[in-house]
Amino acid sequence: MAMKPGGKEQGGWASARTKEIGRHRIAVTVNGRRYEREVEPRLLLVDFVRDHLRLVGTNEGCDTTHCGACTVLLDGHAVKSCTMFAVQADGSEITTIEGLAAHGRLHPLQEAFRENHGLQCGFCTPGVVLAASELLRVNPKPTEEEIRVAISGNLCRCTGYVNIVKSVSAASRAGGG
Amino acid sequence: MQPRSFEYVRASSIEQAIGLLEEHGERAKLLAGGQSLIPIMKLRLASPEVLVDIGRIPGLSFVKEEGDVLRIGAMARHRDLEQTAVVRNRYPLLADTAHVLGDPQVRNLGTIGGSVAHADPASDWGTALLAFDTKLVATGPKGTRTLSIDDFFRDTFATALGPSEILTEIRILKAPARSGGAYTKLKRKTGDFATVAAAAQVELDGRGAIARTRIGLAAAGPTPVRARRAEQHLVGRMPDVVALAEASRLAAEGARPTADLRGSVEYKRAMVEVYTRRALEKAVERAQR
Repeated sequence: MAMKPGGKEQGGWASARTKEIGRHRIAVTVNGRRYEREVEPRLLLVDFVRDHLRLVGTNEGCDTTHCGACTVLLDGHAVKSCTMFAVQADGSEITTIEGLAAHGRLHPLQEAFRENHGLQCGFCTPGVVLAASELLRVNPKPTEEEIRVAISGNLCRCTGYVNIVKSVSAASRAGGG
Repeated sequence: MQPRSFEYVRASSIEQAIGLLEEHGERAKLLAGGQSLIPIMKLRLASPEVLVDIGRIPGLSFVKEEGDVLRIGAMARHRDLEQTAVVRNRYPLLADTAHVLGDPQVRNLGTIGGSVAHADPASDWGTALLAFDTKLVATGPKGTRTLSIDDFFRDTFATALGPSEILTEIRILKAPARSGGAYTKLKRKTGDFATVAAAAQVELDGRGAIARTRIGLAAAGPTPVRARRAEQHLVGRMPDVVALAEASRLAAEGARPTADLRGSVEYKRAMVEVYTRRALEKAVERAQR
């Protein structure tokens, strides 16, 4: 039997899931550059940044809100991009690790991490640096305790925390907010 | 990990969000800061077909004292409560809570309203709010109603909110003079749920005895719960070592924790005693200042 023109499967659980889910047009400013893209609502911000914008400095670690490797700044605040949908970021300003150096010069935090051996394998580093950058912006002269709290959402599996704290502290002395 | 597909709507007003809840019924779920819901969706423990994002509705993120009430918009972020001066200065229990909830990134996105409405038995905010005379404002198709925190938690992940109602505001009766509070939390690591936690708010009378107190416990029952027998024991007594120890013992005796990776029932009950005592000691010290 021929289907009537315009005939379609009726609603219900299965059909609701198999039909085309509407894509959303979002506009975000990432590292000062505006991007407009169509995305599926379930696309995570980390996958948007890495796979759609090809900014692969943001690492995807645990994918479960624990490790902080995927940390980016959303309107100036550190967030875990594995625990946010790209559609939620529509209209926001995002900074990834690629956006920290300005005019070809490393950010003071990046300089300090280099100087103080603040990284070993480097996988956690983009997230740690971004979390620390929010700290120094709101609190330019943090205590060691405040530094440790600020990076407490970031795991370093090399356990190089001593030099990470030293690096953030050095950046703070260098005025690196 | 990817959640199942869903439709996404960013609501621009409470009215619009309520309309969407009415339209989609159980297929829809509210998205606030997403710090509980998104991990659950990624694990596919929840798969709503429609997500109604209320996280950016304007005018829902305030934290302010007005008359005798501390008013907190449901979409205030944990960070807002951690950093707002009035909270730090006058409601140290709330500042304590915000500071040990999740981790800094989670505190930047997660909201107090989302956390309370999620109703996890280990909810830090649920537990903290039980220690105050807290009213919750729910807005639904028929308008607004006010619920007491004592009637809010019905069961694990279940609240008194109707299917199309949204928690829009949290109101705490202003902390009077000679009062103080504290939140103490045992956790394996930053970002973990509480193994157990205790919230204690005390008000002293003119001679230094406890005039009023409320104690909330996390992960000590199917919902955040009050330690009522401990509270009753303290009223009228001087807050000395003996009284606080007995109250803490009563809190542990009444606790109904469940065994999990964080510990056995016996261990958690023992920790309820320790953390209740520490919360009470700090609360009294702050009240005496």
